[in-house]
Amino acid sequence: MSALTDIPKPEALPPRQSRIWRKLRRNTSAMFGAGVVSMFVIIALLAPVLPIPGPAETDWGAVRKAPSAAHWLGTDEIGRDILSRMIWGAQASLLAGVVSVAIALAVGIPLGVLSGYCRGWTDIIVSRITEALLAAPFLILAIALAAFLGPSLTNAMIAIGLSAVPIFIRLARAQTMQVVTEDYVEGAHAVGLSHPAIITRYVLPNIVPPLLVQATLTIATAIIAEASLSFLGLGQQPPSPSWGSMLNTAKAFLEQAPWMAMWPGLAIFLVVLGFNLFGDGLRDALDPRDT
Amino acid sequence: MLNFIGHRLLVAIPTILLISVFVFFLQKLLPGDPVLTLAGEDRNPEVLAFLREKYRLNDPLYLQYFHWIGNALTGDLGVSLRTQQPVITLLAQKLPVTLQLAIMALIIAVVVGIPAGILSAYHKGTWIDWIANIVALSGLSVPNFWLGIMMILLVSVKLGWLPASGYQPFADDPLQSIRTMLMPAFVLGTGLAATLMRHTRSAMLGVLQSDYVRTARAKGLSEQRVVIKHALRNALVPVVTVITLLFGELLAGAVLTEQIFTIPGFGKLVVDAVFNRDYAVVQGIVLCTAIAFVLMNILSDALYRVLNPRMSDQ
Repeated sequence: MSALTDIPKPEALPPRQSRIWRKLRRNTSAMFGAGVVSMFVIIALLAPVLPIPGPAETDWGAVRKAPSAAHWLGTDEIGRDILSRMIWGAQASLLAGVVSVAIALAVGIPLGVLSGYCRGWTDIIVSRITEALLAAPFLILAIALAAFLGPSLTNAMIAIGLSAVPIFIRLARAQTMQVVTEDYVEGAHAVGLSHPAIITRYVLPNIVPPLLVQATLTIATAIIAEASLSFLGLGQQPPSPSWGSMLNTAKAFLEQAPWMAMWPGLAIFLVVLGFNLFGDGLRDALDPRDT
Repeated sequence: MLNFIGHRLLVAIPTILLISVFVFFLQKLLPGDPVLTLAGEDRNPEVLAFLREKYRLNDPLYLQYFHWIGNALTGDLGVSLRTQQPVITLLAQKLPVTLQLAIMALIIAVVVGIPAGILSAYHKGTWIDWIANIVALSGLSVPNFWLGIMMILLVSVKLGWLPASGYQPFADDPLQSIRTMLMPAFVLGTGLAATLMRHTRSAMLGVLQSDYVRTARAKGLSEQRVVIKHALRNALVPVVTVITLLFGELLAGAVLTEQIFTIPGFGKLVVDAVFNRDYAVVQGIVLCTAIAFVLMNILSDALYRVLNPRMSDQ
């Protein structure tokens, strides 16, 4: 008997969250991505208090000046400081990324969960609409919606968000269909828990991880989409700065002021790379097969 | 196989009808009277009434939809407000230009992406894999309109190697046509190459660990033969189907690429239509793109079944 009690207890597995966090922390590229994104977020938030000229402040004595001590990233075609416009533009880009995905999540999750949980006619209708929306390429749909809504940053965010809705409906539906077959959901049914209670207590918490990964990767896509719409003139309107609209202006001055095109594109690239690296790392950390 | 395609086409009909409903009502949701846009400066009530009657705008919405979809089914997608040309003619004029760009971009993507994916999977965990992954992720993260601007700056402005813009029809002068399209195709192909690289790597990783590859190695076959003949042949099955699905990405990418390099294709038509509030053209483009995308999806599934005999048995 004593031999049995002497057997050391197996070490308890750490809680799931801490395992995920540990895996994520060990992933150098994911941490690099998180660092890049955090840096841009901090800079964007600090824009009002940083000692930089206003984004619309013009200096006619410094038109299209190359990077110098006075203007670290140079000036644009009407003498505005590019660094200042880049920092304020970061607000527009990050906001567009986050708000678009929030719209897509707010519409996509309820519809996806409803479709996967109720099945039947609800599922058939939601699935057919999702398929129809998925048939139009993301950017073309966003351009068409932005065109119909009218050019502005808010409308661009709505257009991008609505274009991304089907991705989240499909994912939330698939995840819900998987979760509802689990024993704990059947148990909840057996003890007479109501459908809304089962959805909020059991379904939603279990479908969050894959949605989180998708949301992170979609923020990257949304940032490029907002820059694309602004580049085409359908997003942020002048004189308010946005990386996409800065590139649109810069195109006309490539030979005289190449720096005007260099920095906004580099910023888009870095922030999108940051979200992609972090999203990839998050997916690996949440993958139970990858230990 | 014919049964499968027939079944998929039947299932696609409600999807396409839904797309048409969406495209039609998108315009109807717009604030403002379309007749005022059509009439321009002329606000004569008689002209407005005539236009309302001509375009059946007095009919109930569902009748208007049936009229529109009935015309669309016969190839009549309306007339461009700006050029007064039929939308279908405009699409037919612009499509070959974009098709040439898309095919060249796809060739670049396949030539770069697939070998990079094979190398990355074969050398998994080494510096080759690491570099290939970083390059692929960078390819996915770089906005292609910025890459286009930077390429113009370097290749055209600084080095003077290739023209910065313009278009030469392939039939008129094939060599010059390829020269003008090379840079845009490279820009458009970058993201696709990255996507293909990631898919090839993932498929190759699965196949390289399979029993038949182990058996091929045990039989003493050369490593090159094992990788090319046994592993790659099977890994390419999902990759080939992914290529057909990249169609949507190609079209969306072409919108911006054509804008930067001033190529008179499908993408430029979209942007011009958007800015001129030429809604018939926008509607026509979204509808045609979506239908083509649905058909490409069916082609992708059919191809998968042809290439993967296990699927055909099901």
